[in-house]
Amino acid sequence: MAERAAAVEIEGVAQAFGGRVIFRDVSATILRGEVFVILGGSGCGKSTLLRQIIGLLAPSEGHVRVLGQDMYADRGDVLTRIGVMFQAGALFGSMTLLENVMLPLQVYTDLPPEACARVAQVKLGLVGLGDFGRAMPAEISGGMAKRAAIARALALDPPLLFLDEPSAGLDPVTSAGLDQLILDLRRDLGTTFVVVTHELASILAIADRCLMLDRAAKGVIAEGDPRKLREERVHPTVRAFFHREMPKEAGAA
Amino acid sequence: MLTFTGVLDAAGTGVIWGEAQKAAGSGAVVLELSALEGCDTTGAVLLAQLAARPGSSVQGARPQVQALMDRVGKIGPPPPPPVAPTVTLREALQGGMVAALGGVAFLGEAVLALLRLPARARQFRFSDLLRTADQAGVRAVPLTVLLGTLMGLILAFQSLVPMRRFGADLFVANLVAISLIRELGPLLAAVILAGRTGSAFAAEIGTMKVSQEIDALTTMGIDPVTMLVLPRMLAAMMVMPALTVILEMAGLLGMTLVMVGAGYPPITIGNQVAQWVKPEDFFGGIAKAVVFGAVVAGIGCRAGLATGIGPRAVGLSATAAVVGGIVATIVLDGLFAVLFYRLGW
Repeated sequence: MAERAAAVEIEGVAQAFGGRVIFRDVSATILRGEVFVILGGSGCGKSTLLRQIIGLLAPSEGHVRVLGQDMYADRGDVLTRIGVMFQAGALFGSMTLLENVMLPLQVYTDLPPEACARVAQVKLGLVGLGDFGRAMPAEISGGMAKRAAIARALALDPPLLFLDEPSAGLDPVTSAGLDQLILDLRRDLGTTFVVVTHELASILAIADRCLMLDRAAKGVIAEGDPRKLREERVHPTVRAFFHREMPKEAGAA
Repeated sequence: MLTFTGVLDAAGTGVIWGEAQKAAGSGAVVLELSALEGCDTTGAVLLAQLAARPGSSVQGARPQVQALMDRVGKIGPPPPPPVAPTVTLREALQGGMVAALGGVAFLGEAVLALLRLPARARQFRFSDLLRTADQAGVRAVPLTVLLGTLMGLILAFQSLVPMRRFGADLFVANLVAISLIRELGPLLAAVILAGRTGSAFAAEIGTMKVSQEIDALTTMGIDPVTMLVLPRMLAAMMVMPALTVILEMAGLLGMTLVMVGAGYPPITIGNQVAQWVKPEDFFGGIAKAVVFGAVVAGIGCRAGLATGIGPRAVGLSATAAVVGGIVATIVLDGLFAVLFYRLGW
């Protein structure tokens, strides 16, 4: 595993807003081809760390390299080699689903329009939305919007996909379908996934490794295989998270 | 036979798509893929499309490539692009009439909400009224002064040149004063209100509609018209007379600057204005301003409450608020002109 190239390298990053520290000294290496989950309770900084990795929020300290490029110095063409699914989908409301998926293909490839449409249709088909190409984002459900957002993130077949809370607010069946989609894409295309979530079932279903942040500790409290973390007697917050129980301090209160 | 080598990714597929289709011609084709190291879904779409031709075959495809081709080959073609629906002139006119009647009904609803206000006093937010009055009134003063002064300057200057030929240049003061106080003052103030405030009302309430805040109010038993529309309409009715007077004063100042430049002392200009402008001109303009304020604010709020789904809908509502506000103001101004004529003002 150690021989695989790194897809994302996070070196000692910290984030503070004003004087409020969200987390500090977070480091991790995400390898190509793995499904890596960033997890933790609400407000621990999961989405903030994701925004740092994808180049939307410069860290207060530290460095982030994605596919070998420093996200805040010289990005090169890295933005055409990553795909991002935002929590609410962030589909363009004035375009149909097909047009949403076609947009990156039209901008970054020389494919003729009919080929763009065909490829976009295939991406929608891969996420189970083959019959909804003409639908507008406002006309579909939240789960469908998330799947359409994954199709758009997949448009250029990027080797690295970032998913922010893909299962949040979805029913268990749809959520399980999304988990299976992630595993299928990893198997068929070798895509690396960085997933931010706190859905325990999803974490155990898809993650090769995970990184757990904690609001009280303002940083990383665990890293590794989530199945092992669940079994090991480690940090009380980690145990409480994986066993869905109140932490001792809170329980005593 | 078409031979593919290397890795067929999205960028590479884009480059060779046209050539590959051309080289394959219109008939059957043999795809030689033994030297193809891999492909992504975009490459697989091209290969699957070529392989799907009657009589075509694939040679030497690696299992992963073949699996991807099989997978994308099962997905149907994209839907045809949507056709914009055609609307006849009659349907468009009917739609316009329905919208206009809807506007009248909404104003009626607002009046009813005003009458029921004593029973729903807790739903009315006085702080909203003051905040709106500040935004729509106090913060609009600099723009109002600028536009009023420029309007006075332009009107006076454009009138001075032709009237001087008839020796009537002193009457430019009368012309500009009556134009501003009877017509242009309230009208321009209403245009400023529609552009600055009507659109803001539509965008603010429209965003609340999109984020289901209006639904939340309704399910709490709180009337959105009482809570959101009435404070805005009352604030607009309060600030419009003040904006109108400020615009008129600024316009008269602009006219005075031109007349002083033409050699007339300010006292002479003042006398001309005082002799010709009657109290009913001034109060008629103020009455119009109050009505324009209610209508522009009402149209802005109604556009916000009628917002559809999605971020585009908020933009459409803001546009509808500005256009509707300006059109309604001009139509009402015409009606006021007829009314004042009948009253002998």
